[in-house]
Amino acid sequence: MSRFADHLIVAPILLPLLAGAIMLVLGGECRRNVNAAINVVTSFSLLCVSLMLIRTVDVGPAGVTGVYRLGDWPAPFAIVLVVDRLAALMVLLTSLLATAAVVFSLARWHRVGVLFHPLFQFLLMGVNGAFLTGDLFNLFVFFEVLLAASYGLALHGSGAARVTAGMHYIVINLAASLLFLIGVSLIYGIAGTLNMADLAARIPAIRTEDRALFEAGASILGIAFLVKAGMWPLCFWLPATYAVAPPPVASMFAILTKVGAYIVLRLWLLLFRPEAAASTQFGADWLLWGGIATIVFGTIGVLASQDMARLAAYSVLVSSGTVLAAIGMGQPAITGAALFYLVSSTLGLSAFFLLVELVERGREPGADMIAVTRELYGEEGDVDDSTEVGIAVPVTMGFLGMAFIGCTLIISGLPPLSGFIAKFALLAAALGSPSAAISTATWTFLVVLILAGLAAVVSLTRAGIHAFWASPERTVPRVRLIELAPVILLLLLCGVQTIQAGPVMRYMQATAQSLHVPDDYIRGVLSPVNGRIDHRKGGA
Amino acid sequence: MEIVLALGIGVLAGSGVWLMLGPRTFQVIVGLSLLSYGVNLFIISMGRLGTGGAPILAEKTAGAASQFADSLPQALVLTAIVISFATTALLLVVLLAARGLTGTDHVDGREPEA
Repeated sequence: MSRFADHLIVAPILLPLLAGAIMLVLGGECRRNVNAAINVVTSFSLLCVSLMLIRTVDVGPAGVTGVYRLGDWPAPFAIVLVVDRLAALMVLLTSLLATAAVVFSLARWHRVGVLFHPLFQFLLMGVNGAFLTGDLFNLFVFFEVLLAASYGLALHGSGAARVTAGMHYIVINLAASLLFLIGVSLIYGIAGTLNMADLAARIPAIRTEDRALFEAGASILGIAFLVKAGMWPLCFWLPATYAVAPPPVASMFAILTKVGAYIVLRLWLLLFRPEAAASTQFGADWLLWGGIATIVFGTIGVLASQDMARLAAYSVLVSSGTVLAAIGMGQPAITGAALFYLVSSTLGLSAFFLLVELVERGREPGADMIAVTRELYGEEGDVDDSTEVGIAVPVTMGFLGMAFIGCTLIISGLPPLSGFIAKFALLAAALGSPSAAISTATWTFLVVLILAGLAAVVSLTRAGIHAFWASPERTVPRVRLIELAPVILLLLLCGVQTIQAGPVMRYMQATAQSLHVPDDYIRGVLSPVNGRIDHRKGGA
Repeated sequence: MEIVLALGIGVLAGSGVWLMLGPRTFQVIVGLSLLSYGVNLFIISMGRLGTGGAPILAEKTAGAASQFADSLPQALVLTAIVISFATTALLLVVLLAARGLTGTDHVDGREPEA
């Protein structure tokens, strides 16, 4: 591995950090255009970096391909960054969403509050760091970075509804962070290490009398992540916060629930692998049934939602419940399908959050939640006329309608788009499980998954008819190209995922395989002869 | 020493949880602060309790692990203190904003109908 490729691993953390710091130094709202330019450039370079990372990872062998030792200390003594297939995939997904969201925000949303661009970059830094780190406490730090940035972004634009929902969000996440600390310190007290790979290697040696305490620590840690992932009954904060967050922010928040799911996936499969003896697949039933309960709760919410932003927020719950339940089944084939579903549904939901604002813009003010955002633009007309950004799109309603149909297909899982392939793969993998008899839990999962799809079709169709056909008094919204383009881009990516389903699914299955047999990961992180230290010792 | 620390953590965490379940935003923020003090003490206790341990043993002295002071939990606590201080300050600003916008200090943004 060349020196340049070595340092590529740390780039997804350093780039946003530098960009955010530069924006803060430049300072202030008078330089908003400069900040916007920096934000766009950084987001695009992050996209390039993550594409390069995923290419490096994909050609490499199954296990770890990149370990970056911060400060050049060997692994258990210092913090490492690890990039494997899963981490590279999640970083790529993040940068895709970020690019779309930042382009969308340029039309007007970055003007409704202060410091949008720096906070956005710090959010990216936290998310990428959480995906790349190989150390539990470092994970806590990156978690706090992304949470702190998300607090600011959730409140972007202010208003009573946002501040109240944001306050609930902050309090609950602070409490979850404290649980995270308790879990981490219990695990450290028992195992004596915080490096994830080292931890996995030490678990088989934990004494029987200490095992209960270790499992208690892991459960408390798990609760902190499940709050983030939005598992029922830890998810009541989520719909309110997501529904009132500014659209570009809400579309980035679609990845935040997946951060929780990602860490559950990574840590659970790493710590409770078959070698962990008595602790193998500890808590699988909790994940499975909790995930199913989340899907049910989300589905009820989807059916009950009157406005589209809430509908989108409840769809986030359905998506994260599906991923958690699929992880809980603990089989490589299902995990692979769940990863495919995760990518497809995150892209679809992110597009939907952006689309909702465009569609609702034409509705009468005061109709629903948009009233909250409407009152923020005191002199909206003046601002829009004087600082027209980009060109208006012709045949607006036609484009919006097509995009809406695309989102509906992806979220509900109807053919021909990627949502269908994802759900089909999940169902096929669950039915084709190696054990002869399919358990009650699997049948429940299958039924609930299909019913959730039906409920999504029902309520999205209802919302679509209400928005596009049944309101003759509405004015046609003015939508600019830079607002519609990100939505179309995200949907096109789902299209690409559909057409290239074979290669994408092969990548996901390889990822799932290496997650379920993490020996390569552990060996790669802990081996002293790897990467740069190796070169230097050879030279000396 | 163990019993004193355990009682301290228990009282802090218990009163923190109690206050956090209250309906007023000020109770919530005080509760969160108390809870974070409890958690910080808990982290320290996870590095084993003891006094007078050396961070680094002198050169060429044989030593057992029990003679060391575990420095990692101290580093963790330092980080946790800084982070919880910063987030508490942020929460305080949000509480004031919520008080100003909704006119009440109830966590739901409106007084419950009696």
